Amino acid sequence: MMDETHAPILEVRDLAVTYGGVVQALRGVDITVGEGSVVALLGSNGAGKTTLLRTLSGTLKLHKGRVESGEVRYRGSSLKGRDPARCVADGLVQVPEGRRIFSRLTVEENLKAGGLGAKDKSTRAPAQERVYDLFPVLADRRTQRAGLLSGGEQQMLAIGRGLMAGPKLLLLDEPSLGLAPRIIGQIGEVIREINRQGTSVLLVEQNATMALGVADTAFVLDVGKVSLQGPAVELAQSDAVQRLYLGHGAEETEAAAPRAGTRKTLARWKA
Amino acid sequence: MNQFLSLLLNGLSLGAIYALIALGFVIIFKASEVVTFMQGSLLLLGAYLIARLSEPIGFWAAAAVGIVGTAAAAVLVERLLISRLRGAPVISLAILTIGVDLIILTEITRRIGSDILNVGHPWGGDAVSIGGVGITTNRALAIVVAGILIGAFFIAFKFSSWGIAMRAAAEDGEAAALMGIRLGWVSMVAWLVAGVLAAVAGLFATGSPTPGVTPAIWAVALAALPAAILGGLDSTGGALVGGLIIGVATAMAAGYQDQIAFLGRGFGEVVPYVVMVAVLLVRPSGLFGTRDVTRV
Repeated sequence: MMDETHAPILEVRDLAVTYGGVVQALRGVDITVGEGSVVALLGSNGAGKTTLLRTLSGTLKLHKGRVESGEVRYRGSSLKGRDPARCVADGLVQVPEGRRIFSRLTVEENLKAGGLGAKDKSTRAPAQERVYDLFPVLADRRTQRAGLLSGGEQQMLAIGRGLMAGPKLLLLDEPSLGLAPRIIGQIGEVIREINRQGTSVLLVEQNATMALGVADTAFVLDVGKVSLQGPAVELAQSDAVQRLYLGHGAEETEAAAPRAGTRKTLARWKA
Repeated sequence: MNQFLSLLLNGLSLGAIYALIALGFVIIFKASEVVTFMQGSLLLLGAYLIARLSEPIGFWAAAAVGIVGTAAAAVLVERLLISRLRGAPVISLAILTIGVDLIILTEITRRIGSDILNVGHPWGGDAVSIGGVGITTNRALAIVVAGILIGAFFIAFKFSSWGIAMRAAAEDGEAAALMGIRLGWVSMVAWLVAGVLAAVAGLFATGSPTPGVTPAIWAVALAALPAAILGGLDSTGGALVGGLIIGVATAMAAGYQDQIAFLGRGFGEVVPYVVMVAVLLVRPSGLFGTRDVTRV
């Protein structure tokens, strides 16, 4: 589609999901993630972002959700009925919203827990080295209880934990949630770096500035349907996104860069 | 003084047996969020199997079969009932375990009748003297074996993949599932371990000075329950400490019953619960329990 250069690693076609057979969370969603790309998925609360991620990671059943119709294909094969452990073993790893680190475990134990789902045990040690390279602060605190980390460090641990299984496609659910603007900028950098190292990323965000800054393409989800889609740069300039998610006029088009976004959000945070 | 030391030693040994059961209770609670009430019948099942088989196949083989059989029974309950009812209210699952407990207890009671089965421990009714304090060999071995098992458990809990998976799953099941940890597998292993611990507890609970296997040893688990709760329902270390406290308190109350006769005869029987209530009044979540278990 908009991503002709890459074969898609993930294809969501006409996906409809309900909870308890009544609440319709997704109503015919189409999304494509190209191999090696970063795709942003924007949308406000209740738009269905988390439901989509649950469908992809196989945790929908834990929430009594059900796929009514449509199809999800990951690396060419259907995800239907795949449990979370299979998904992780196949390289489809979700970093949950709100970090959800294991606060009573140490930093290193959290990373080990992240590596338990990897298909190949021999990849665990190099994966851990990679995480410590990416987040030196975690290496410094490896024996500390994770609950003692700051919010930003916890988010880094959550992402690092997700990387331990050696994902081919990383699903990030609102990594900027509740974090200081400077840290959000760092998270953006980290996502770029992870992508540079060869992992495709589906980034679910409410912070459109950061998300559009790092993504190649973006989709906007609105009440269970995709309402807008296109290259991130174009979307960042479109009136609708400007109005709905960036909350300012068309003059700040360079808001796509994380840095610019950082400055802008900072003002609001300090207010 | 000598009497005190003797009571202390015997109390610790009783406590070691309680700790094994309490630990199983806590492991199951952590791994599958089930408050299980069938530790008593698992203990009885283990002791019964060992006693029945030790004549035909010898004590050691019988012990092995008894432990494996009890673990298998625990796993069976987990696979056939608990895992299929994932998401059911905690209280329903607890009552379900009471039901299974009663079924096993009734069946074994029927099989034993009014007999007292002899387990045939090779160490029989021998006694040893440790620093001038006497204790039966059986009780001394209980301390040693429980110490080794509990130590091995703590090492595995801290360092093994299973231990990390189990602690991760206990803290946040969904996040653990997202890491590719199979919650069903974690829960099954927990029941297996609890079954092993219950059978070993049964093996020693039925040795000297206890006469042998009667359905009444099922009640040992009733004393281990307060041990788990006073330690803090979700704390493995608490199960160990709670078990030892209850064991020593029970032994002391029984040993000094003449001095505390004003509390009534047989006070020793209720001591576990008295201690539990006293601890919970001061620390409602137990000695080492997580205080914010209800926070979402």
